[in-house]
Amino acid sequence: MRILHLLPMPARLRRRAERQLLIARAWRRRGALKPIADRTAQIGADDILAFVTLRNERIRLPFFLDYYRRLGVRHFLMVDNGSSDGGVDYLRTQDDVSLWRTGASYRKARFGMDWLGWLLMRHGHGHWCLTIDPDEFLVYPHCDSRPLNALTDWLDGIGRRSFPAMLLDMYPRGAIEDQPYAGGQDPFQIARWFDPANYTISKNDYFANLWIQGGPRTRAFFADDPPSGPALNKIPLVKWHWRYAYVSSTHMLLPRWLNRVYDENGGEMESGCLLHAKFLSTFADKAAEEVRRGQHYAGGHEYRAYHAGLRGGQSLWCPESREYVDWRQLEDLGLISRGNWA
Amino acid sequence: MSGGVRLGVILLCHTDLEMAARMARTWADGGAWVCIHVDAKASEPEVARMRAALAGQRRIIWSRRYRCGWGRFSLIRATQDAALHLLEAHPEVTHVYLASGACLPLRPIADLIACLASDPQRDHIESVSAWDVGWTVGGLNEERFTLFFPFDWCRRRRLFDRFTGLQRRLRIRRRLPRGLSPHLGSQWWCLTAATLRAILHDPRRAQFDRFFRWCWIPDESYFQTLARLHSVQIESRSLTLAKFDHEGRPFQLYDDHRPMLEESRCFVARKVWSGATGLLAHFPRPARGAPDLDPPQPARFERMITRTVQRRTLGRPGLYMQSRFPRKDAENGKTSAPYAVFQGFTDIFPDFEAWLSGRIAGDVHGHLLDPETVEFHGRPQIGPGAISDNAAVRDRDPQGFLTALIRISPRMQVFQFSPRDNQALNWFMATDPNAHLFVVTGAWMLPVLSSGIPFDEMRRITARLQRAELDQLQVLHSVWVKARVQVHDLSDFLARPHALLDEMLRQIDPLCAPVDSLPPMRETAGLAGLLRRLRNSGLRPRLAGEGLPEDAIDAAPDSIRTAAE
Repeated sequence: MRILHLLPMPARLRRRAERQLLIARAWRRRGALKPIADRTAQIGADDILAFVTLRNERIRLPFFLDYYRRLGVRHFLMVDNGSSDGGVDYLRTQDDVSLWRTGASYRKARFGMDWLGWLLMRHGHGHWCLTIDPDEFLVYPHCDSRPLNALTDWLDGIGRRSFPAMLLDMYPRGAIEDQPYAGGQDPFQIARWFDPANYTISKNDYFANLWIQGGPRTRAFFADDPPSGPALNKIPLVKWHWRYAYVSSTHMLLPRWLNRVYDENGGEMESGCLLHAKFLSTFADKAAEEVRRGQHYAGGHEYRAYHAGLRGGQSLWCPESREYVDWRQLEDLGLISRGNWA
Repeated sequence: MSGGVRLGVILLCHTDLEMAARMARTWADGGAWVCIHVDAKASEPEVARMRAALAGQRRIIWSRRYRCGWGRFSLIRATQDAALHLLEAHPEVTHVYLASGACLPLRPIADLIACLASDPQRDHIESVSAWDVGWTVGGLNEERFTLFFPFDWCRRRRLFDRFTGLQRRLRIRRRLPRGLSPHLGSQWWCLTAATLRAILHDPRRAQFDRFFRWCWIPDESYFQTLARLHSVQIESRSLTLAKFDHEGRPFQLYDDHRPMLEESRCFVARKVWSGATGLLAHFPRPARGAPDLDPPQPARFERMITRTVQRRTLGRPGLYMQSRFPRKDAENGKTSAPYAVFQGFTDIFPDFEAWLSGRIAGDVHGHLLDPETVEFHGRPQIGPGAISDNAAVRDRDPQGFLTALIRISPRMQVFQFSPRDNQALNWFMATDPNAHLFVVTGAWMLPVLSSGIPFDEMRRITARLQRAELDQLQVLHSVWVKARVQVHDLSDFLARPHALLDEMLRQIDPLCAPVDSLPPMRETAGLAGLLRRLRNSGLRPRLAGEGLPEDAIDAAPDSIRTAAE
């Protein structure tokens, strides 16, 4: 991919070549996925699908599946990357989950995006597809009264094919080990605080997407080096076409018009949030393990920073943190917007 | 039935025939005669299911099916046919209501019939003259009638736009049929059978149809225009609650709209989302005894829609987020609330920040744009909105920093500024009508004077700060300034600090107490001497102003003089 940037060619052609390479790459690596439970025959024509990669997330799964079932996700397509905590056996018994397993390197598979790229291409075409992690929970305007297919019907009606949802890091009050998380529990009973207004935005002209950083992670772990802070902009909900490709996690897509989810003339378009239940009692072990594995972005730089900070019992909470109430609160704060969806 | 009104309903159905069947039954059960038109594009199995569901309904008849395209004449053709069919099959019908399969009756049909019976001659059709602009949203107005529109706007947008542009360039203007005055309005109407018959049996109908065939969106103008020819009495308001967004797309109704719809007292609302089972189960409200003659009061619902459209088109001022990232100068409000910037005051009065805090209603910060750290009020490490005091984090997006701070704080934000600070926001603040900028130029000389550093160093610092402030003044003196700016030079300010400060504080907080005392001032003795020495060393001081007290010249310490020589 990097070599494309060295070639003297117009940006448009370069983006196209990049997209084709990504698709070819996902197709080539399809063999890495071994089906464990393939229930994709059940998928109906208008079903909303969820695509997930996971590793050792057994404890989170019951709540995760219930949450998205309630929103109206009809089928989960999941890739297990060598879990050893019984998650595979649990998922195998779920009627609306199709499960693949792989032992290949997460890093070499572009942090799992190659695997999901193939599944999206194979099963997502023509569906509204939600690509998420097991610790991300979608909140959108009116989500307490309208199911997800009300949103996708509306987006279909106004001709949109992608819906942005910024990552909102949630954390508990006090040290994260203080309140242990139990399986099936709503993680936002514990991690129910967030940073309301410390997000920085810049525009990436090549991909036409917004680059959002900030939040508690930048404030607490990356204050000396804010450009390396984690990116929070995500476009998880897309009406998929097999020609589409995620470029870097779900931060941006190609073709790039899918990234234009914001209004530049002063108006507001529709957007949601992915509540990020990362900072739970399970996190310390996870961080330790990921530092050892080194399979994460930028050599797990992020995890190393957290590991160093959180081992010392550091708390992310501060007097300016806000307690999560509902989507209206997020809208008032200007983190999400209903746009035109009355 | 009251007053001899017999209601006929034309139901235009395109997709979601299951809901349409439900609506047809609702109308029929309420005592209306229904004529259903199903788009010829609808899938056959679905149509068969709909017919099966409505089999045996005595009050429902079916009209010939046409292929309908959005905004095309085929919709009019389908309506005309269905109307003729309905009036033929049920000659006793006195009123005809045009509805779609996604129009939900909110009140009992008996209420609607009673309302029509209160004035049986009246035609309820929104009909606004096309020459008086303002009805249409996001579309053409009178050009709908004066140009030709042979191409489908939905499917062949580029061709549509090019052809329209070409006609404008060629100055094409169609001739209207004689006696026709184009009117526009909601396509959902309720006409008396007499008016409808007159329109359908008009001897010039072929001529009118030919004209409207090439108009754009004739369903919003055909009956609205012809009703003006034939109707005795027009009530120019649609009985159907149907709102559109800024691009002319209808709003959808969901379960959570239920209280608002109930309150609106409208007879029919559209368009209902197919999954809104709660709405479908709740409406229409069952009839309770005598029919209720309350008129519709859609104002609150319409206000809600208007607010939403405004959010989509204008957005909230001063908000920068994932789905609102306005281009420069398209912000519609660069910041969300007024704020004030004091430049040079902390250099004259070292305790200015604390002094000001007690006087005005607002959060008085230190130098928010300081190169070392963000000096929030009280110097916390994490400021309002959990914004970090780290300067590197702030400098990643200074504009986002300032706008977020102003938006998250309930009180007015006031902060200090100086040429030592990050200058990235100079243009932004100068062009923001919310900004109050109070500048004392050259005030930064005072800390330099009292610092006691060697003269060479002083000269270097002075050169740098003077350049920065001159650059800033160029911005403040440009023609693009929208902020309220007051610039004084140092000597000017020192001549009457009381009066000027008083005026400034009143500008940002009219309720503040008059300035009776000033905070302790930094020593100004020796300033004129320093300025002279700078001038003599080849650096012309340009910002402190003329007329500083000359008595200070001899007070300049000798050590500095030797350093200069």
